[in-house]
Amino acid sequence: MKNALDRHVPAGFTPYSGGIDKETLRPRIHKRPAVNKKDKLVSDIALVFDRLKIGDGATLSFHHHLRAGDEVMNLALSEAKRRGLKNLTLAPSSVFPNHKLLAEMIESGAVRRIYTDYLNGPAAAAICGGKMDGLLVMDTHGGRSYAIETGDIEIDVAFIATPCATAAGDGNGFFGPSACGSLGYAVSDMYYAKRKVVVTDYLVEEVENKQIIGEYIDYVLKVDRIGRREGIMSGTTRITRDPVGLLIADAAARVLAAAGALEDGFSFQTGAGGISLAVADRLKRYIKEKNISAAFASGGITEYIVAMHNEGLVRDLYDVQCFDLAAVASIGKNERHRAISAAQYASILENNVADRLDIVILGATEVDTDFNVNVTTASDGLIIGGSGGHADTANGARITVIVTPLLKTRLPVVKDRVVTVTTPGRDVDIVVTERGIAVNPARADLLEKLAGKGLPLVTIEELRDKAIKIAGRPERVPLGKRVVGVVRHRDLSVVDAIYETGGRR
Amino acid sequence: MIRSCLFIPANNPAMIQNADLFGADAVIFDLEDAVAVEEKDAARSLLREYFKVFAPAARVFVRVNNAPEWLLPDLEAVFSDKIDAVILPKADAAACGRLREALLRLEKERRISKSIGIIPLIESARAVLAADSLASLSGVVGLMLGAEDFTADMEIERSKSGEEISYPRARIAIAARANRVIAVDTPFTDVNDEDGLASDAARARALGMSAKAAIHPRQVEIINRVFSPRPAQIEWATRVLEKSKAEKGVFSLDGKMVDQPVIERAKTIIEKAKRYKLL
Amino acid sequence: MKKGVCGSLESSDCLITVEAAEKTEILIESSVYQFYGEQIRKVIETTLAEAGRAHVRVSCVDRGALDCTIRARLLTALSRMAEK
Repeated sequence: MKNALDRHVPAGFTPYSGGIDKETLRPRIHKRPAVNKKDKLVSDIALVFDRLKIGDGATLSFHHHLRAGDEVMNLALSEAKRRGLKNLTLAPSSVFPNHKLLAEMIESGAVRRIYTDYLNGPAAAAICGGKMDGLLVMDTHGGRSYAIETGDIEIDVAFIATPCATAAGDGNGFFGPSACGSLGYAVSDMYYAKRKVVVTDYLVEEVENKQIIGEYIDYVLKVDRIGRREGIMSGTTRITRDPVGLLIADAAARVLAAAGALEDGFSFQTGAGGISLAVADRLKRYIKEKNISAAFASGGITEYIVAMHNEGLVRDLYDVQCFDLAAVASIGKNERHRAISAAQYASILENNVADRLDIVILGATEVDTDFNVNVTTASDGLIIGGSGGHADTANGARITVIVTPLLKTRLPVVKDRVVTVTTPGRDVDIVVTERGIAVNPARADLLEKLAGKGLPLVTIEELRDKAIKIAGRPERVPLGKRVVGVVRHRDLSVVDAIYETGGRR
Repeated sequence: MIRSCLFIPANNPAMIQNADLFGADAVIFDLEDAVAVEEKDAARSLLREYFKVFAPAARVFVRVNNAPEWLLPDLEAVFSDKIDAVILPKADAAACGRLREALLRLEKERRISKSIGIIPLIESARAVLAADSLASLSGVVGLMLGAEDFTADMEIERSKSGEEISYPRARIAIAARANRVIAVDTPFTDVNDEDGLASDAARARALGMSAKAAIHPRQVEIINRVFSPRPAQIEWATRVLEKSKAEKGVFSLDGKMVDQPVIERAKTIIEKAKRYKLL
Repeated sequence: MKKGVCGSLESSDCLITVEAAEKTEILIESSVYQFYGEQIRKVIETTLAEAGRAHVRVSCVDRGALDCTIRARLLTALSRMAEK
């Protein structure tokens, strides 16, 4: 079956129809308060598995707020492995290279199916090598929440790493040795999974700002350490110093100003990449110069955005994930720096933040001449990421700007056809590269506003051609025939399939 | 008609490929200070191959090595009709003469109809004194100030505020103007100090320099802005030219006399404004 | 063993090593091998032919260098080898 983008969709999934249906919504299942309300505190994961009767075929979920320092998924998987459990379905909100045990369990058949929003490392290689029996389902952050709340993903046990928790299961991510900030991606799991386990390394008497609510928690597992500190904050997020990156950021800011998008009270979100942060920096200068302020900034919050807020340039922060320690410190003490859930951030079931955004600045691994963007696979088909909030915000925001170099290590970013569609072209408005800016022809309004302002406007085809002229045409790398996964948009319709990679990397 | 010249190390492929992205009116591919002795051959080869396939949008300058055993091999290796001018470090009249001969010979041998210019880099006390005669030499299209080596030669301190180079700047600017060639100011070495760069560029412009060298892409925008005609100037020039269409001979505008030289100045401003897309 | 080396492992560059060999051999390692491996090989072969060189082992560690860069680095490596 083909979808509106002429991409193959396996049976059992809804094909993307060319737009996001925000009217016909699936009904929510009921929230699931804790079954066991007493004696929740335990210190042995084996006990948790026993009491919750976690056996073959179970669906287990995890959040990724501890990022590359997470030890909770490995903890649960070690126990599953020890018990020789099979045919497990996992629903981690993201998977990083430190989740090596996952790769092993995919290859052994212990893990049969995975639902996730982002995937990188040995587990991705295993799946692209055809080692997993079941399909990989890649969702957007908003889509994952939607899926969990409507029963599309049925979680048996949610393991919720909680940096700071009480014995009753109240908690947040603001304090403790493994503090990581907002726990936005755990909230839907907390409400809707059948059983919930808080995993913490820092017990307290009381938690004031709780994002995790004890009423919904069945067990509290106390361990020595839930995450490695150095890995939790995956490097300090820094503005790029590459002159080409700065050039692109300058151009993006100029485009936004020329489009009239930077009026007092505008809202924006930027990715945490070096170029995106440079755009945030330019927006900051513009805001100061014009003596205006932004209504809010959202998404993964970094030190730069926090600084803008503290200087009075951005009025509110809606934080679904803290990317660095400055953000963690801020969220813990500033009530206008609000921790939100993935649902509040991007689920079509809610009056979500993504739909209220004026501007979003995003990256791309590939962009094609239909403006489809790929942030899921590299050009050889290997999964190196996933939508995360990309497709949510691109779809929700009034203006979506993709910032990217035209070539990455010789490889053209702009091409005829992306290997994998993550975000459909209909949701993408402007592509800014160092060799020109392309506006989606469907946005006649933007084209009109940007005309005659001295911007280096070109067609997307011209960008594709420039890339080939400089680098030479790359060989097409064939993919395998076997479908190993699907990419779903916010409404869970499938925008593309993911294929086994062709050969050795 | 240039405002900015961006230095690009000639042995760095990533930078060479991106040379004309930054809006510099000229790029200077540097075979001299930016390239280690043992890499001169690699740099020459890289530039030569690059010139075969790429046509930069901006003017192309190449800074060769002054030492006789390197100068000729530099030229022979990279010579191309893509080049607009050769920057000669530690310039003196004799070296300029030799360079001119070599360029003419190569232009003939390689059948290139273009005439490649010379920009002597003024880096010593003697060269500052000789600015006028250097600017008048056949083939010279501009003068450039090299303040680091100049202050070293003078055994004086090099400072950000640049009082010590006011005189060389002025002398070079005047010599260039008198000979109708361009005057390129020395680079500002603190890449992180944008305000400092703007002030420095403004001082150079005020003394009559027409352009400035940049050593980092982020300096280009500021330099272009300082050396571009100001909006007020463009507006004035527009009014002058409009009025000159109606009036014959000398007339007055804003209480000031407008004669032919003034009209010429107005024309130059408009030409620059158009070239730099300010109009 | 006469050997010529030129280039670097910086992004957009390549490191080329040439040495005399019984027969011509070209070894390529590249971060974009699947996409440009053949093209790189072609550039090296053409450059060797134009330079009239055979009986060399060329090893190229590529970091996304354009054709002109590969040519330049190879030519310099060859002349460095000849100088030794």
